Amino acid sequence: MANLTLLQAINDGLRTAMKDDPSVLVFGEDVGKKGGVFLATENLQRDFGANRCFDTPLSEDGIVGCAIGMAMNGLRPVAEIQFQDFIFPAFDQIVSEAAKLRYRSGGQYTAPLVIRTPYGGGIRGGLYHSQSGEAYFCHTPGLKVVVPSTPHDAKGLLLAAIADPDPVLFLEPKALYRSVKGEVPEGNYKVPLSTLREARAGTQVTVFCYGAMVPVTLKAAEEAAASGIDTRVIDLRTLLPLDEEGVLEHAKSTGRVVVVHEAPRFCGFGAEISALIAEHAIEYMEAPVVRVTGFDTPFPNTLEHHYLPDHRRVLDALERVAHF
Amino acid sequence: MTATSTPATPRRRLIDEEGVPEGKLRNYADGWLKDLLVHMLRVRCVDQRMLKLQRAGRIGFVGSMLGQEAAMIGTAAALEPRDWLWSGLREGGAALMRGLPLAEYVAQMYCNSNDTAKGRQMCNHFQHKGSHYPSWSSVIGTQIPHGVGAAFAAKQRKLDEVHALYFGDGATSSNGFHSGMNCAAVWKVPCVFVCVDNGWAISVPNKEQSAQLDFTKKALAYGMPGFEVDGNDVLACYELMHWLVVHARSGAGPALLVVKTYRMLGHSSSDDPTKYRDKAEVELWEKRDPIRRYVRFLEGRGALGKGEFEELEGRLYAEIDRIVHEQEATPPMPLRSLVEDVYAEVPRHLRLQYNEFARIAERHGEAQKGDGAFPL
Ligand SMILES: Cc1ncc(C[n+]2csc(CCOP(=O)(O)OP(=O)(O)O)c2C)c(N)n1
Ligand SMILES: [Mg+2]
Repeated sequence: MANLTLLQAINDGLRTAMKDDPSVLVFGEDVGKKGGVFLATENLQRDFGANRCFDTPLSEDGIVGCAIGMAMNGLRPVAEIQFQDFIFPAFDQIVSEAAKLRYRSGGQYTAPLVIRTPYGGGIRGGLYHSQSGEAYFCHTPGLKVVVPSTPHDAKGLLLAAIADPDPVLFLEPKALYRSVKGEVPEGNYKVPLSTLREARAGTQVTVFCYGAMVPVTLKAAEEAAASGIDTRVIDLRTLLPLDEEGVLEHAKSTGRVVVVHEAPRFCGFGAEISALIAEHAIEYMEAPVVRVTGFDTPFPNTLEHHYLPDHRRVLDALERVAHF
Repeated sequence: MTATSTPATPRRRLIDEEGVPEGKLRNYADGWLKDLLVHMLRVRCVDQRMLKLQRAGRIGFVGSMLGQEAAMIGTAAALEPRDWLWSGLREGGAALMRGLPLAEYVAQMYCNSNDTAKGRQMCNHFQHKGSHYPSWSSVIGTQIPHGVGAAFAAKQRKLDEVHALYFGDGATSSNGFHSGMNCAAVWKVPCVFVCVDNGWAISVPNKEQSAQLDFTKKALAYGMPGFEVDGNDVLACYELMHWLVVHARSGAGPALLVVKTYRMLGHSSSDDPTKYRDKAEVELWEKRDPIRRYVRFLEGRGALGKGEFEELEGRLYAEIDRIVHEQEATPPMPLRSLVEDVYAEVPRHLRLQYNEFARIAERHGEAQKGDGAFPL
């Protein structure tokens, strides 16, 4: 066990995968000598050589498009998109190609690849270094969408994603890269995809959240406890395919639900959770499902700390739902 | 590519439009030359039959290959069986030559349960894993970076494979063309870009596609050589492509081959080309028919006897008709295939969605054996 930041855990995960499987390649813009703009790939080129970890042209469409071909011909590509905001030139390759290849070929061809990318606000990055685009991708059958929130899960989920036979979009909460630290086991362990994590036990209200919203929610839950609201915090970890059964069980058991995400609200992931509960568990509910989210605006800059849900907004929602 | 270490660039054309060799040819065996004709003629016969079936309402859609037989057969004949062919819309005939069984081809046109893609793709989207012919989506240009990535993998894994990446003139404007050409040249991967330039992208002519009408120049911008070949001269297509494949295989890096040909019919069976194309242009290209020209060439050298062509054609049609008959009787895929192959395993939410649907299908008598609910 080592005490690592989330960023170090990702580096450790990549390193472990590269060591265990010579077909694993890491590539993207500036991931080589520089080790990535956030240093997630630091020293991988030094330690594994430039044919295992290398820089690519500034071409997201090329990075993902070529990764698909590599995966179709026996490699395990782990491509980095420098910021999730810059993934859209590759949207076509992700949505039309990687996600549909298995289906359209009747299972003859597959694209087992991982696309890692830092997402989310909190670094004063403005419109184009802060977005949370998970909802665009969760609308894409054939893709898996994973978001860790702890160093332990970051490594374990990454290793599971790399071993997975289907394409995985691995969204890294950049706000947590260096702000969270935790125990990370050595070697190759996997956190199974499509499983939830109970980040905090509680009986009265369930909050579903993921990524950088998990610590925000935990803080709100502690404050709520002081005023007598016992909150359960569920870290979704994998958004697609979602453990729907698990979500419904938690919703039913507390009868009160809040969903927190930093992405805009309209057609955001919270809408899916809310609809799921309305469709399958409405008779258990004691209060409406409340969403705490970013605004339905582009991502702001100077006012980002107000755009992003903070513990005060989550606490307010907890109180409303608990006392409905 | 260094000119000193290699023979001179093969010529743009070897056989003129009357079927007369332009200058001296290499020593080709007659049998091999005749095989090229068989492959081209099979493409044409299959195409004609598919069009007929489409007009009769028995299949949905055909992207005709008429006029492009030499372009696809000549270039693809230069590949080894272990090489990969990444297709665009019109390379189905090359797949047949390289090993796609005709029955699977026809099954794909019927989108039935013998289709290896399980009837999920619309007509005219072939694949054949055995001969390294991957499934094309429909999205113009997206296969280009795939081929580059796969060629990268071949290099990385030290596999002796060349990847041939086919696409049309219209695709030269796509994102995939740019990113694929760029990455391939930077990484020096073993691939050949084959631009089948038939002059049109549906109704858009080349001059509205690009201000640079010499597409070979586009290659230079990426740092790779570009060549042009008469795409209706099957032998010239073979020689130039072979030369580029050998170069790619030797580690010399990628190249672009622009194959000048013409799409004789509409873009597809749903298109009326008389709305946008001059009759004179079509007539000009009719005179350049790649098969007629090659038949004259073979006859001229005494490699094709009297009546042999007709006999061959008759045999091909008989084979096609027999297979069409079989495939027509083949049912579509079971309903469960709706939710299979989205992921390696059918996840619970898809099993639930299917079971809900299967209940209704059963109520209406639509469910067959094998269409039952998934265990949860
Ligand atoms: C990205 C994309 N845009 C538009 C289309 C619709 N479309 C299908 S084929 C085609 C023209 C293709 O022309 P070209 O690349 O020259 O190939 P050809 O049909 O001539 O073989 C168009 C516009 C598409 N399939 N994909
Ligand atoms: Mg064209």
